[in-house]
Amino acid sequence: MSDEVWILGITMTKFGKHPDKDSVDLAAEAALGALADAGVGIDRMGILAAGNLLGGGHLGQSLQKQIGQTGIPVYNVANACATGATALRTAIMAVKAGEADYGLAVGVEKLAGAGLLAGGSRKDDGSTWTPSGRYGAVAAVDGRIGTEIMPGVFAQVGMEYLSAHPYSGNDFELFARISEKNHAHSTLNPLAAYTKRMTLEEIMNDVMIAYPNTRPMCSANCDGAAAAVVVSGSVLKTLSQEQQRRAVKVSASVLTTDPWQEACQILPDVNTLTRNAAAQAYEAAGVGPADLDLVELHDCFATAELVHYDNLMLCEPGGAVDFFESGATWRDGSTPVNVSGGLQSKGHPIAATGIANVWEVCHHLRGEAGDRQIEGAKVGLAHVIGLGSACGVHILEKAA
Amino acid sequence: MPAQIPLVDYLVLGDRPHLVAHECSACGARYFDRRNACASCGGTTFGTAEIATEGTLRTFTIVTFAAPGIPTPYVAGVVDCAGTSVRANIVNVEPTPEAVTLGMPVRLATFPIGADSEGTEAVGFGFEPA
Repeated sequence: MSDEVWILGITMTKFGKHPDKDSVDLAAEAALGALADAGVGIDRMGILAAGNLLGGGHLGQSLQKQIGQTGIPVYNVANACATGATALRTAIMAVKAGEADYGLAVGVEKLAGAGLLAGGSRKDDGSTWTPSGRYGAVAAVDGRIGTEIMPGVFAQVGMEYLSAHPYSGNDFELFARISEKNHAHSTLNPLAAYTKRMTLEEIMNDVMIAYPNTRPMCSANCDGAAAAVVVSGSVLKTLSQEQQRRAVKVSASVLTTDPWQEACQILPDVNTLTRNAAAQAYEAAGVGPADLDLVELHDCFATAELVHYDNLMLCEPGGAVDFFESGATWRDGSTPVNVSGGLQSKGHPIAATGIANVWEVCHHLRGEAGDRQIEGAKVGLAHVIGLGSACGVHILEKAA
Repeated sequence: MPAQIPLVDYLVLGDRPHLVAHECSACGARYFDRRNACASCGGTTFGTAEIATEGTLRTFTIVTFAAPGIPTPYVAGVVDCAGTSVRANIVNVEPTPEAVTLGMPVRLATFPIGADSEGTEAVGFGFEPA
């Protein structure tokens, strides 16, 4: 069917430290890998969507100068941590609109050693107090009126969930156990930034960043890239049996922003837009949460993973803690979550993440995930959140 | 007493310090920043709403690792002030998970954050256990 869009080729680079490679090197490695995986050349691509948040907004053309200046439209996209998913969706939309038969989406970030992200409003105070900005502030407010750092913002997101759904156990240990799961999962993922298992004790005794998130409970800053080639359903039918067998159907591609809620400009509301995206995606794909064989969700912090169990409707409303404690989200559970190791252990090179999580799902649907293969996987979901906010959800299905 | 200036323009000083919000005349949505229009309904007229000075702590974090120049640890949180959410530090409390608890009652507190070269004192705010 011409209105279907398929992933024909997809790949990710090793996430970690790549001191000898720049963003274009990593993007080229991923793009060439995706084209090779797809079995088609750059000359067939009708659109390039390039995601790179911290690099200045011209990745697409720089990449073309290395792998092929074919004159096609380039969209340089930025959408916080949803940048990769936005690039992928841009390519999907172009194919779906009939403007291109094939599209290439790339996301890359150089983030190794980046340290804390955001929390930048604390500049030196001036010599006289002068109100400025939208709050008429006479001095920087980060650390004076709440926190702007991501580990602190997302700590509050998780704690807010426990405020609404009281938990009688130890909050800190609960969130640390989520991180323990993801650090265990990544031991089977050779492309993860961290592949060493961490005990619960090690996680809890590591450096506290913003309670209850210790360092290993925060997403790992690292370098990496991912890329995907998408194709229309009608063109896919003209390709080889092998290409058709390995192609993965994009059953839903959804992007949302946060609708206004009472507190959303006080503490970012990462819940409503995720619930909206999930509802739209399930409806578009004609599948429900119970049909999912694996989920890659945006565990930028251990405290975030918990709320997204609920937001993606993987559990009963308010039941995220019980759901986790049942073991459902471990790789041998009923709904394996972040079998790649997630952002906490696989790593989070921002703009690569929203394509890398789709790669992880595709890898399982194709039966190519090796030691970490979720047996018989047919349907999977990939989710990202970019704070501010944007939410991308993709539902993927194995070729029949 | 030296001249005072609030850290942000939505903090009103004086005998009875309190916070104020821009309240959308059409839908009642409240905002602490300068507005172009209402993000909830698109309205462009706003009144001023006084925010309750007592509330409950809806969520918090204890920041121990911050940007250079910010003293740590400190407690950051969101306070539900009679239905209006306020971002603030939680002050006059031990910054430990034992001392800071979800749902604890808190009240507005103000404190000087320093004087500028002309001797004007800036005053910040937080919420302390009630």
